[in-house]
Amino acid sequence: MVTLGVFIRRELRLLARQKADWLNPVLFFIIVLCLFPLGVGPEPNMLQLMAPGIVWIAALLSVLLAAERLFKDDFRNGVIEQLVAARQPLLSFVLAKLVTNWLSTGLPLVLLSPLVALLLNLQTPAFIAMLLTLLLGTPLLSLLSVMGAALTVSADKGGILLALLILPLYIPLLIFASAAMEAASMALPYHGQLAIMLAMLLFALALVPLAVLSALKLNVS
Amino acid sequence: MFKWLHPYAKPETVYHLCGRWYPWLMALALLLLLLGNIWGLAFTPPDYQQGDSYRIIHIHVPSAIMSMGSYSAMAIAAFIALVWQVKVAQWSVLAIAPIGAVYTAIALITGMAWGKPMWGTWWVWDARLTSELILLFLYLGVIALSGAFSDRQTGAKAASLLAVVGVINLPIIHFSVEWWNTLHQGASITKFAKPSIDPSMLWPLLISILAFKVLMLALLCLRLRTAILLNEQHRPWVKAMAGEE
Repeated sequence: MVTLGVFIRRELRLLARQKADWLNPVLFFIIVLCLFPLGVGPEPNMLQLMAPGIVWIAALLSVLLAAERLFKDDFRNGVIEQLVAARQPLLSFVLAKLVTNWLSTGLPLVLLSPLVALLLNLQTPAFIAMLLTLLLGTPLLSLLSVMGAALTVSADKGGILLALLILPLYIPLLIFASAAMEAASMALPYHGQLAIMLAMLLFALALVPLAVLSALKLNVS
Repeated sequence: MFKWLHPYAKPETVYHLCGRWYPWLMALALLLLLLGNIWGLAFTPPDYQQGDSYRIIHIHVPSAIMSMGSYSAMAIAAFIALVWQVKVAQWSVLAIAPIGAVYTAIALITGMAWGKPMWGTWWVWDARLTSELILLFLYLGVIALSGAFSDRQTGAKAASLLAVVGVINLPIIHFSVEWWNTLHQGASITKFAKPSIDPSMLWPLLISILAFKVLMLALLCLRLRTAILLNEQHRPWVKAMAGEE
């Protein structure tokens, strides 16, 4: 537990000093959102209809953008190698990465959601659904992207490869999140979708850290 | 059981075993393929509803079944490679991936060709089509990941890990897409119920499925042999064999 706290503080300090790492994906999210009205036309009704898909695809892409640099620096300067050699605290390192990755990429999206609702002309029920799906879904996005980043950390062509690996795994989340938002915009109940998203999150929370651990180990050896 | 299995983890044994099996498997595969496809394509009665165009089932269904079958074989090999660190299992992951990817592509393309006359469109965003497409992306991901490292060993391990993660995700993807949207007809053959397909059409179909299975095994033998040679090229037994031949 002590090491977990140490690692989280270290990650947060790094994030505070390298603001581009977490600011750029957030800016990217807003820019992608702005591109859709320009591309498909500014009619409020149409935007309302397309909002679930737009929000979630923008979120997927911005999380993916942040994921690429997640382990790169630690790998280059040898931190990961030292941790693997020391054996003990690697799991807390992974958990700290997960927590800070969500704090730096998922949480800003949740905080930005009122702005998104304004931009896309969402009504209150749809906005609440978006808030809930983002709250449940972004941790899952973080989990999967941390896993992808760990797998490709020593690969030569990380960026495109990461997208190819991770985007197919995001699909269930995309389906249920946008289904929940759609149901909400038609004033239908959407507890079922939220429950499935929560189930996927818990399932991933149990298994992904293990996959990340072995991915880091095989990249170092 | 492990004592009995253990000699088969040795690359040299597997190499010779594959070499011995390959001609038989390939001959059997070609025979079954010819039998099943000629019977199915030329001599079965036309469907009362779909006419002659249903005949593509004899290629579409076997390749679709084997696209998933290959994935499970690959994932089992990957699991063995990760847990027991068996090198041969690791190489067979990489040997299976392209075969499975091609089967998936065949299933998609024949499905499109079947969809055009039946549904009036090449592509619909239907559950089965979409999950098959995602399966193709997973295969491509495994192949791309294995080639992305300068060290071949790391690439194989990473690809194995991804294959295992994919197999956990595959049912999730499958059911999520299923609940999302579906148009595809239900399964015609199941183990537990009487098949909803006439015996005159069923037999050539079953033979074709078996043919695709045996063909996959034959290709796996061939590719695994090549992979073993590539990875063991510095070993004495390979050198001795290369010197002999």
